[in-house]
Amino acid sequence: MVAARQRRSMAEAPLYTQADVEALSVHNNEPQWLRESRIAAWELYEMMPMPSRQMEEWRRTDYRHIRWEEASKLLNGGQSSYENVPEDMRAPLIGEEQGGMIAFVNGQLVRHELNEAMAARGIIFTDLLTACREYPHLVRENLMTKAVKPGDGKFAALHAAMWTHGVFLYVPRGAAAELPFHVVMYNTEDGATLGHVLVILEEASEAKMLVDYQSAGGAAQSSYVGATELLVGPAANLTYVGLQDWNRTTFEFSHQRARVLDNGNLDWIVGTMGGELVKAFIEVELDGLGAHGRVSGMFFADEEQMFDHDTQQNHNAPLTTSDLLFKGAAKDESRSVWQGMIKSLPDMQKIDGFQASRNLVLSEDARMDGIPGLEIEADDVRCTHAATFGTLEEEPIFYLMSRGIPRPDAELMVTEGFFEELLDRIPFERVRDRLRGALDLKIVGHALDHRDDEAILDF
Amino acid sequence: MSAVLEIRNLHVQVEDKPILRGVDLTVKQGEIHALMGPNGSGKSTLANVMLGNPTYEVTGGEILLDGINILELEPDERARLGLFLAFQYPIAIPGVTLANFLRLAINSRMKAEDPDSKGISIPDFRRMMRERMDFLGIDHAFAGRYLNEGFSGGEKKRAEILQMAVLDPKIAILDETDSGLDIDALRIVSDGVNKLQEAHGLGVLVITHYQRMLNYIKPQYVHVMFQGQIVESGGADLALTLEERGYDWIRERFATATE
Repeated sequence: MVAARQRRSMAEAPLYTQADVEALSVHNNEPQWLRESRIAAWELYEMMPMPSRQMEEWRRTDYRHIRWEEASKLLNGGQSSYENVPEDMRAPLIGEEQGGMIAFVNGQLVRHELNEAMAARGIIFTDLLTACREYPHLVRENLMTKAVKPGDGKFAALHAAMWTHGVFLYVPRGAAAELPFHVVMYNTEDGATLGHVLVILEEASEAKMLVDYQSAGGAAQSSYVGATELLVGPAANLTYVGLQDWNRTTFEFSHQRARVLDNGNLDWIVGTMGGELVKAFIEVELDGLGAHGRVSGMFFADEEQMFDHDTQQNHNAPLTTSDLLFKGAAKDESRSVWQGMIKSLPDMQKIDGFQASRNLVLSEDARMDGIPGLEIEADDVRCTHAATFGTLEEEPIFYLMSRGIPRPDAELMVTEGFFEELLDRIPFERVRDRLRGALDLKIVGHALDHRDDEAILDF
Repeated sequence: MSAVLEIRNLHVQVEDKPILRGVDLTVKQGEIHALMGPNGSGKSTLANVMLGNPTYEVTGGEILLDGINILELEPDERARLGLFLAFQYPIAIPGVTLANFLRLAINSRMKAEDPDSKGISIPDFRRMMRERMDFLGIDHAFAGRYLNEGFSGGEKKRAEILQMAVLDPKIAILDETDSGLDIDALRIVSDGVNKLQEAHGLGVLVITHYQRMLNYIKPQYVHVMFQGQIVESGGADLALTLEERGYDWIRERFATATE
């Protein structure tokens, strides 16, 4: 690993050209407007420098050990099938039914299901390329025009030019989807995928969605340059969960942004477990009176992983409220950065913003940074922030051991307990169980059986 | 066979400050002992040392459970031998539910006895928990709550006794379990202890400042701790004497000797 880290890539940027952008668009048989928007994004991309540590938002994250020769090789999804997707990712998230399921393997669409009852309500849930062709009136004005924009950064521009696959969820006015939508982006091969998520909730509509990112492979490096766009209409209610567990040779660069209109409500949960290096921009724009956004992040870094979450809560209207909680642990020689900012436009009165970062440092060689920030230009506001760092405490461990629980199990229990508060916010029982298993794997090296953890609480 | 806990000439310090200076005490299964004494005399230290709290350093003496020197054992091993401590200040552990924690505690013991044990089944566990909760007048919803988090003082103490009822120890130490309990809760908790004592021959060491709890849990033996030593032992009437006369006569009689 050390040798690999020191070896600098020959290429300082992904090995794409404008011809690749054009070829991709032709291959997809895309409408003219989409092709043009890709080319425009490419031109912007070419004008921007690669991010470097001289830029404030990249100051703590050096990704230059990426070998673009490997990591920017676009995957060819030719032989992929739904059978490649691990079984626990195919199961319904809760109960027996899903609102819909879309799965990609190596960027190739391998599954598309939409519950009939959901379809009957006018809900559209399809892959993004299909949506671009069949629903241009809905997609064109919303795709990378409102939430994530090509100008947001080098990787946002690259994504806009080169995105390989994506999903589109549209919930019309007043429609409520009580069954969750599930998206799987799974890779079996090493190389590049650029996935997109576009969610539009019209006024007073309601939906829940989970996007699962995972990969096998790992012989060579991979890159995931992603974008997530969540557009929450007036009085609409979106619960959105994104869980990432890439293999340990994947570099993720993602821009994720939500916009929430008047009295809209966003409940956004982010989980980061995998990857060699992750740089994620996660931003909530509270655009309408009374809009509310809750952002919950959990991460667990081990070995030599590096996670960098850069969050923003932007209060662009009066009476908006936001609540952000990031909880993470780092062990071995891993590193994490959380940098958060609450901003308000001038004269946005009666806003309430909260951010907290709780860090559990599990080894002397791990390093965690948490940097809260406020930029408030109004006086009738309440904004609070906090960052805490701690190690595993001996007192609770002793308490558990004094009941007959051996130390490793006691430590596991306390460490997992640290994350329960966040797991509790995920409304999908099977996903919570799966995450508990993923935490076990990080903490003790094997997944325990958590199927009864919740059943047992039902007295 | 009934278990015997023997504390022999125990010396303990915290950060170089001696707290216990030669404690001798024997508790047999089926017996009820009360340990009384003024604040700071070392009662809670003794309780914590028995379970192996790493904050305390044992500098001399031994604690034997059925002849095994448990000072060499980890806290979990001591617990699995049948020792239980109801903490004076039970710590809150966020994210760990009482039910999951107790199931793991039971399974840990079953696995220690038989490595192939699959642990307690969910229906068995639930039945047992319900029964014990009813027995102690505890709302079933307790089982799903995070350990001691947001519990009132009385709820914490009841939860400690619930754990004791579930884990079924041989010797239990109740460290000021009466503090923070109103009279009704005190009665319920004491009833619970008495029933366990009668049904399973539990040996109990009740640490308390007050006679109050001893009206419900009737000790055969009462010991007075002062400045890190047991200075007086007697029958139940000793507790009444203390209630009446306070600790001043103890101080007068023993303070000079140890300072």
